[in-house]
Amino acid sequence: MNTYNEQERHAFALGQAVGLGFTQPLGRMRRGGVGRILAVSSAAGDRDIERGLLEMGFVEGARVEVLHHGFLGQDPLAVRINQTMTVALRRCEANAVLIGPLHDSATDIHPAMTLEYASS
Amino acid sequence: MTAVTLANEEIRLARIALVGPPNSGKTTLFNTLTGGRQKTGNYPGVTVERKSGRLRTPVGHTVELLDLPGSYSLRARSPDEAITRDVVLGRQAREALPDAVVCVTDATNLGQHLRLLLELRQLGRPLILALNMMDIAQKRGCQISIEALSRQLGIPVVTTVAMRKNGVQDLLGQIDALLSQAPTADGTTAISDWVEPSPEAIRAYHREVERLLQEAVVREGAPERLTRQLDRVLLHPVAGPLILLALLFLMFQAVFSWAEAPMDWIDGGMAGLQQWLSEHMADSLLKSLLIDGIVAGVGGVVIFLPQILILFLFILLLEDSGYMTRAAFLMDRLMSGVGLNGRAFIPLLSSFACAIPGIMAARTIAHPLDRLVTILIAPLMTCSARLPVYVLLIAAFIPNTAVWGGIGLQGLVMFGLYATGIVGALIVAGALRLTLLRGGRQPLLMELPSYKWPNAANVLLGLWERAKIFMRRIGTIILSVLVILWFLATFPSPPEGATEPAIYYSFAGMIGHGLQPLLAPIGFNWQIAIALVPGLAAREVAVAALGTVYALSGDEGAVTEALTATLAQSWTLATALALLAWYVFAPQCLATLAAVRRETNSWRWPTFMFVYLMVLAYLAAFVTYRVALALGGG
Repeated sequence: MNTYNEQERHAFALGQAVGLGFTQPLGRMRRGGVGRILAVSSAAGDRDIERGLLEMGFVEGARVEVLHHGFLGQDPLAVRINQTMTVALRRCEANAVLIGPLHDSATDIHPAMTLEYASS
Repeated sequence: MTAVTLANEEIRLARIALVGPPNSGKTTLFNTLTGGRQKTGNYPGVTVERKSGRLRTPVGHTVELLDLPGSYSLRARSPDEAITRDVVLGRQAREALPDAVVCVTDATNLGQHLRLLLELRQLGRPLILALNMMDIAQKRGCQISIEALSRQLGIPVVTTVAMRKNGVQDLLGQIDALLSQAPTADGTTAISDWVEPSPEAIRAYHREVERLLQEAVVREGAPERLTRQLDRVLLHPVAGPLILLALLFLMFQAVFSWAEAPMDWIDGGMAGLQQWLSEHMADSLLKSLLIDGIVAGVGGVVIFLPQILILFLFILLLEDSGYMTRAAFLMDRLMSGVGLNGRAFIPLLSSFACAIPGIMAARTIAHPLDRLVTILIAPLMTCSARLPVYVLLIAAFIPNTAVWGGIGLQGLVMFGLYATGIVGALIVAGALRLTLLRGGRQPLLMELPSYKWPNAANVLLGLWERAKIFMRRIGTIILSVLVILWFLATFPSPPEGATEPAIYYSFAGMIGHGLQPLLAPIGFNWQIAIALVPGLAAREVAVAALGTVYALSGDEGAVTEALTATLAQSWTLATALALLAWYVFAPQCLATLAAVRRETNSWRWPTFMFVYLMVLAYLAAFVTYRVALALGGG
């Protein structure tokens, strides 16, 4: 019944399978980076942050684009979600969001991977 | 009114709550529906206070409309979101369960805004969905099938254009339809079986929204371009902070230069009034009270209305345009360095106008410790009540010369005073976070809404409210303090053959002399000591009090300009600088302390705030005075 754990396992298994460089936490992304959310996990078991992220639109399958970052430590981030809403968040919370490559646009250069998580 | 019509009125008075995510245009819709007065802004959660207004529907129902704080979910994360949840669930004390809820959503951002509607639908109460900003959505080529959405949701759906008066006709019609079919009171008093949505439930809402949009959205609109282009500059890691700094600097320069002309008019008017009174009244105690106590005192404070309004104009424009959240974004890293949240920037910037709305706006900060620190440092932001004192002393002691690039030395000193308050606040916040208020902090998570032109009506209404609050303060607290002060400064009369000015022998003189030993180490004379006593109630009274003190000491008709000359002669530069330093920190505002008491629900924190600010003020004045003396400012 617990879809969250299932999704999380799926995403992390996927992350291991594809290897670093294809999936990364949102908190590590650079300005201009585009991707699709594979999983929103609870950092250090804090489900309030997970809920907060979900409520601001960070949900599995959403397209994200890192538009801006701050000056000091390149923190915080301004992230565009699904081309409709821009949300500011710090890199430390952004690390709870796991990002994979887009699979629906011309920028996708790894078509083989899309089959793996297209259903999620 | 007879008993029968009264009963009818009561039956027809339906209560409807307006709920919606921040930036859905909810408050503008509220203003349009009620013709009511309310400030709207783009910052998520600017609608801190719950407001209500009456409206009459086309059929003739009288509706009490509640404007609830913006919220992304019923799972409240901050105190003001908790109000939204509690009212909607009928749990708010002294607030009956609303007869119906109107959920306001931004039609250009339905993907994010419909989840709140689904949460509300779960409650099973009468509900209407208003797709707001429909004109903008259509302009971007977006097509939404209202019928399909309504059918899928099983509730009435209307489109609204909150900015236009005839943009709300459909909504009024649906409210009528709802009120006609349902009795206004169906016996439900509270919803008891509501539970916070789990992360899984939120994911389920996301999927449901996805499904709904597939059914109802005929054509998707093009994404907004202008905001992205503006942000490329305004949120640029280097250019962004520089622009913010320039904006703040411009704001404070404007406060000085733009206000000059209207201040001259007020000054002239007051002087004329004084002259008229002195010519047309027989010598009496009443004449003395009117001229020396009230006109001089009130005039000395009213004169700062233009500056206060200019400051608020900037803040309202920044809020309404959507830039304020960008400022919070740019400041976040700096503020997190002292354990604060970028969000705290908005309450703190409001505190530059007045600490009280700032302290109230801190309700949007979810974490209790973050919120408490923000409240405790809010009075360090230089509020407009300090302006009178700063302006007076700067005009008297700082030469009006240009330093470089046409920037005046006076403006620069003013900027320095503001900066001292800010740096002090950051140090205090850091110290509190390391000692008394250690603990976790809140994630930032803040929407950056699209830019829009500020709504002139909203801004003007906001300014009007500020002016009203300021004038009411003058009419109540300040006026009564002035009368008491005049009494203290007039009685008892000086003895026969007195050599000193009359006030020297009065009650006020006695208090001033009593305090002077305490204030002598920081360079304050007995006149300042007297002025600080009423200044404890409200800062700006000190100027009026100084006016009273010096007017009664012999200089007739001393409104600000005359006072400037008087002070320049009778104080040393060191004393003036020490008083400025004192004013950066001193907790001289009863209303602020009362607001802190209300917001923290105990006397502990206002007491703490008073003590720590007093200690800081004394230390700052002491150091300033001694350093200035050493450098030859005596």
